[in-house]
Amino acid sequence: MSEHELRVSKIRDGTVIDHISGGQALNVLAILDIDGTGGEEVSIGMNVPSDRLGRKDIVKVEGRELSQDEVDVLSLIAPEATINIVRDYDVVDKHRLERPAEVTGVLTCPNRNCISTDDEPIDSKFAVLPDGVRCEYCETIVRDGIPDLIDSA
Amino acid sequence: MRHDHLVTAKQLSRADIETVLDRAAEIDADPGAFRDRHAGALLGLLFFEPSTRTKMSFEAAIKRLGGDVVDMGSVESSSVKKGESLADTVRVIEGYADALVLRHPRQGAAKMTGEYVDVPLLNAGDGAGHHPTQTLLDLYTIRENAGLDDLTIGIMGDLKYGRTVHSLAHALTNFDAHQHFISPESLKLPRSVRYDLHEAGASVREHTELETVLSDLDVLYVTRIQRERFPDENEYHAIAGEYQVDADTLAAAKDDLTVMHPLPRVDEIAADVDDTDHATYFEQAHNGVPVRMALLDLLLGDSA
Repeated sequence: MSEHELRVSKIRDGTVIDHISGGQALNVLAILDIDGTGGEEVSIGMNVPSDRLGRKDIVKVEGRELSQDEVDVLSLIAPEATINIVRDYDVVDKHRLERPAEVTGVLTCPNRNCISTDDEPIDSKFAVLPDGVRCEYCETIVRDGIPDLIDSA
Repeated sequence: MRHDHLVTAKQLSRADIETVLDRAAEIDADPGAFRDRHAGALLGLLFFEPSTRTKMSFEAAIKRLGGDVVDMGSVESSSVKKGESLADTVRVIEGYADALVLRHPRQGAAKMTGEYVDVPLLNAGDGAGHHPTQTLLDLYTIRENAGLDDLTIGIMGDLKYGRTVHSLAHALTNFDAHQHFISPESLKLPRSVRYDLHEAGASVREHTELETVLSDLDVLYVTRIQRERFPDENEYHAIAGEYQVDADTLAAAKDDLTVMHPLPRVDEIAADVDDTDHATYFEQAHNGVPVRMALLDLLLGDSA
């Protein structure tokens, strides 16, 4: 572990999300629906030097392992990120994110005339493109500002 | 052809399109042979925004096949006014009809409706999204007048919000068609349509002036530039004036140029074009009935 990473304290049990693109850590917290009011123990490193990314963010969440839905959405805004599952201070699982073919119920379509933004009993549904996402209902393509579409953002 | 629903022209293969157009040609040639083909069939009309031509042509089509319509009526007089969701409305009305036609102001409404109903669903326009049945009658008209292969077509007007344009552009990727899009910068094709055309390997060019490409065209498809899209009335008039076609404009065109328009027009095609051999928009509108008869005939199959 590098000197820079030691700036963020080790966790006993939980998840370390490493190699997040610099400046995206707060969006990662939004995806995880963490705003501090729930009492979660969270450590954040922002814009720390990285050999691979130049600058990167790190988020460590004590006592929580991520769901597949959360991982899927994380992959949209932090495709280079790695997920480390920590138990009793040891990393027991480490993997890169894989972009899903589709994400459901986690993004809000920016097209205000899209049926998915109306009061209908459907979840939003986005196809994941190589460089963005596309609403499965109105077909709007979003390449920039995806974090702004996260329901809890 | 056998689709449960027709939501977007992207669903249609060349073979699908030719099946519908060939059937429409059969109907045109001998309407009497199809008169009672779907006697007793009921078509549910769900028009959540005003429509004259599309609604009446569907009504005429099913009646000429021997069937009838059940009509939701205006939104103001329906349960929608009480706050019922579209999903609930269509699930109830599918029990009354053998097929449904939906016109809705929101994009994606037909896609969503298709997830809730089992009877065939026809998208008759969903906001600025798609209008695939209009496209089938457009293609029928193009085939009759210019042919569908080795075709050079100019599509001009409001390309951003024009659902007929989006569906036509998708459908033309099935043919050897060179598509030229002519519009103000602010009303260019939306990103999603450009993405699909690129993925389909379509031959596409974009222009801001008709003169750039007019003399090459076999077909000029004009749509209305919608005044309500412009916050400033002066800006609308400045732009709209650049996209008006009259008989003088067409002097530079091929003699056999076909001029089309989904109608209604306002002033983007001058009345003096009506008297030229180029004008095909009324024939295009009339083709709505045989083409929708053909589509209903194929979709209803043995279900009616």
